[in-house]
Amino acid sequence: MQSSRDGVSLTRRQFVAAGAMGGAALAVGCTGHNQGDWDFLNDEQARTLTAICDQIVPADDFPSASQAGVLTYIDRQLARHYRRHRNAYRDGLSSADAMSWQRHGRDMAALSAPQQAQLVAAIEKENSAFFNLVRSHTLEGYYGAPRHGGNRDAVSWRMVGMGEPPVRGRAQYDERKGAAS
Amino acid sequence: MKKVNAVVVGAGAAGGIVAKELSTAGLSVVLLERGRWYTANDCRKDDLRNQRTTVLGNAFGPDDEGNPRVVWDPQTGPRTLLPSEGGYQNNAACVGGGTLSYGAMAWRYMPQDFRMRSIYGAPAGSSLEDWPITYDDLEPWYEKAEYEIGISGDYSGSPFFGPRKRPLPMPPLAPNREFQILEPAAKRLGLHPFHIPMARNSVPYNGRGPCMRCRWCVGFACEVDAKNGSQNTVIPTALATGNCELRTECMAKEILTDDRGRARGVAYFDADGRLQEQPCDIVIVSACAIESARLLLNSKSRLFPNGIGNRHDQVGRHLQGHHYTGAVGFFDFDTYDDVGPGASIAVADYNHGTPGLCGGGALCNEFIRLPIQMIDRLPVNTPRWGLAHKKAMRSFYKRNIAVMGPTQPIPMADARITLDPAVRDKWGMQVARISGNVHPHTFEIGIVQAQRSEAWLKEAGAVSTVVNAGRPTTVSAGQHQAGTCRMGNDPQGSVVNRNCQVHDVDNLFVIDGSVHVTNGGFNPALTIMAIAYFASDSLVRNWNATGFRS
Ligand SMILES: Cc1cc2nc3c(=O)[nH]c(=O)nc-3n(C[C@H](O)[C@H](O)[C@H](O)COP(=O)(O)OP(=O)(O)OC[C@H]3O[C@@H](n4cnc5c(N)ncnc54)[C@H](O)[C@@H]3O)c2cc1C
Ligand code: SF4
Repeated sequence: MQSSRDGVSLTRRQFVAAGAMGGAALAVGCTGHNQGDWDFLNDEQARTLTAICDQIVPADDFPSASQAGVLTYIDRQLARHYRRHRNAYRDGLSSADAMSWQRHGRDMAALSAPQQAQLVAAIEKENSAFFNLVRSHTLEGYYGAPRHGGNRDAVSWRMVGMGEPPVRGRAQYDERKGAAS
Repeated sequence: MKKVNAVVVGAGAAGGIVAKELSTAGLSVVLLERGRWYTANDCRKDDLRNQRTTVLGNAFGPDDEGNPRVVWDPQTGPRTLLPSEGGYQNNAACVGGGTLSYGAMAWRYMPQDFRMRSIYGAPAGSSLEDWPITYDDLEPWYEKAEYEIGISGDYSGSPFFGPRKRPLPMPPLAPNREFQILEPAAKRLGLHPFHIPMARNSVPYNGRGPCMRCRWCVGFACEVDAKNGSQNTVIPTALATGNCELRTECMAKEILTDDRGRARGVAYFDADGRLQEQPCDIVIVSACAIESARLLLNSKSRLFPNGIGNRHDQVGRHLQGHHYTGAVGFFDFDTYDDVGPGASIAVADYNHGTPGLCGGGALCNEFIRLPIQMIDRLPVNTPRWGLAHKKAMRSFYKRNIAVMGPTQPIPMADARITLDPAVRDKWGMQVARISGNVHPHTFEIGIVQAQRSEAWLKEAGAVSTVVNAGRPTTVSAGQHQAGTCRMGNDPQGSVVNRNCQVHDVDNLFVIDGSVHVTNGGFNPALTIMAIAYFASDSLVRNWNATGFRS
């Protein structure tokens, strides 16, 4: 990849610089949630959702779903484009915790990682509509455009080896349009 | 409102061309478009919100609010869908229509594609027909579209296409890595690979620069304006004549008729939601196959109680699109070079001539797959989530090639658009209901096409493959929607004549993908454009002979 596009390396470095500034601006608006700082989720729901999302995309040498901002992505969209899925999340998350209590006697967030993996597999089987929804949203948040709050610093794109966009003449448009709407 | 000569409904592929042809011939034209006019500044390469991946909505219309459709799925019954949901079968709603954000493959259909019934006979239960026009009728208009819209590519590797008088106006883009991998493999298989014709500048053309080969082409607008649609070619020309007024965010409600049953104007809701009436001499409907049929069905009057042009219950029938099948091959070396648009190579060896199959289709490599489009396209047995899924994304993202193609559908009369009795849009109009399917033989062809794709990938060195040949439960019309206002000589079995004139209303035309009798084994846009030039030509000649003045 690097070798095939040496001709644009200078442009790319400039682009990275511009991107870093954009990233900082984004961080103020939408990351680093404090307690109760969500658009839709409450803290308890956020903890359970974190446990599920981080099984769908666990950490290895690249960040997990929640580390890459997937919770921010989902929470924001539940207040925007995915408003229609609010009930599914409310019900699905509370039933996940109910399953966790039934099997292990505590919240899902408090389980060990292997227990969480088992529970997510159970949710996939018993509540597949909810699981598929969370899976789609998690992968969107992880692999989709950073402007929506997930895929922080384009980490998944770097992970798959895409590198910085080899694009000339894009930055002006990104800056003009600003962060997500 | 002051009367004009012509109202064109829909500023897409066909409507833009009709507006240009009529206004340059001196007719006064109002071009109504329900969507907005986007510029390069609005292009926002957002991989979750565009016309291809729509999980966060369609970037270029329609909005999710107030624009539902109903799909009648035999398994679930009627489902009301948002424009961003798959089954909605959206194309686009903006100036340029689908051509603002399309992939821009710009094919000529083959001569056989216009004579499917004569060549193959109609499979039982199907409504397979010949067109009332031939490839030769359209040839000059294909050429005009290629030069006015601007097409790059090179057909010379393939001996299967009809005769042409001039080469394409632009050479193909330089081959990307997938092209280089697939071309020798195709030749080893005895196939005839060639450069896909594309409505994309490979060199400066029409006053605009060439493609800068970015990663986000299909589904997105082009920020350097190198992708050629009606919005950056014919529509600006139409406006420059001074004879054409483009009214955006204006939703046509119905075609108004006089007491003799001739069209007298169009009622529409303007950007503020106010009902307006634009009187005119002739009306051209170019709203894309689903919405064109809906507009005709919604135009009811004493003489046309079931919708204008629908005396014989033909409006909305024969809905088709394309049944896409193919394969993904996984390699042990990098296939991805980040050189857009990605799609580059095709074979047309399989469009016709396989014994036992009623047609076939082209096979091409796919546009660049963004990571979000890979999540469900990993090797067989990859878990759907967890570390193994994440690792597979990492291992295969840059090591896969997808080959697929549009199987030429065998149409059915009961694959159709009707008006849903219950669901209405934000203007209070009944919405389109989609039901039925293409003939099942289409799926048999699709399976063979997928196996052929797989064989090509294996020859190219794929170490494993996944074959994609589904069997959708309702017609897959979507971006390639066509057929709902069939062109024909028999008024009982079609909606318009060979000149796209509605059989029993001489000053009403449908000019867009709706008139396609069959939809070829290729993406349809260039044929839609050629028909728009062809029909505009006869319309203008008729006009000059004062044929329409009542
Ligand atoms: C992402 C994508 C990729 C594609 N790739 C390809 C490709 O590679 N090759 C190819 O050949 N084709 C491709 N297509 C399909 C191509 O864009 C369509 O075939 C073509 O645009 C159809 O032309 P049309 O004139 O029938 O309709 P359109 O171009 O859709 O134009 C119809 C217009 O009418 C407007 N309209 C509808 N109803 C009303 C109303 N009541 N009042 C006012 N306005 C109305 C719509 O808003 C729209 O702008 C693609 C489409 C998309 C979205
Ligand atoms: S690949 Fe080329 S034509 Fe397509 S959007 Fe990018 S620059 Fe424009």
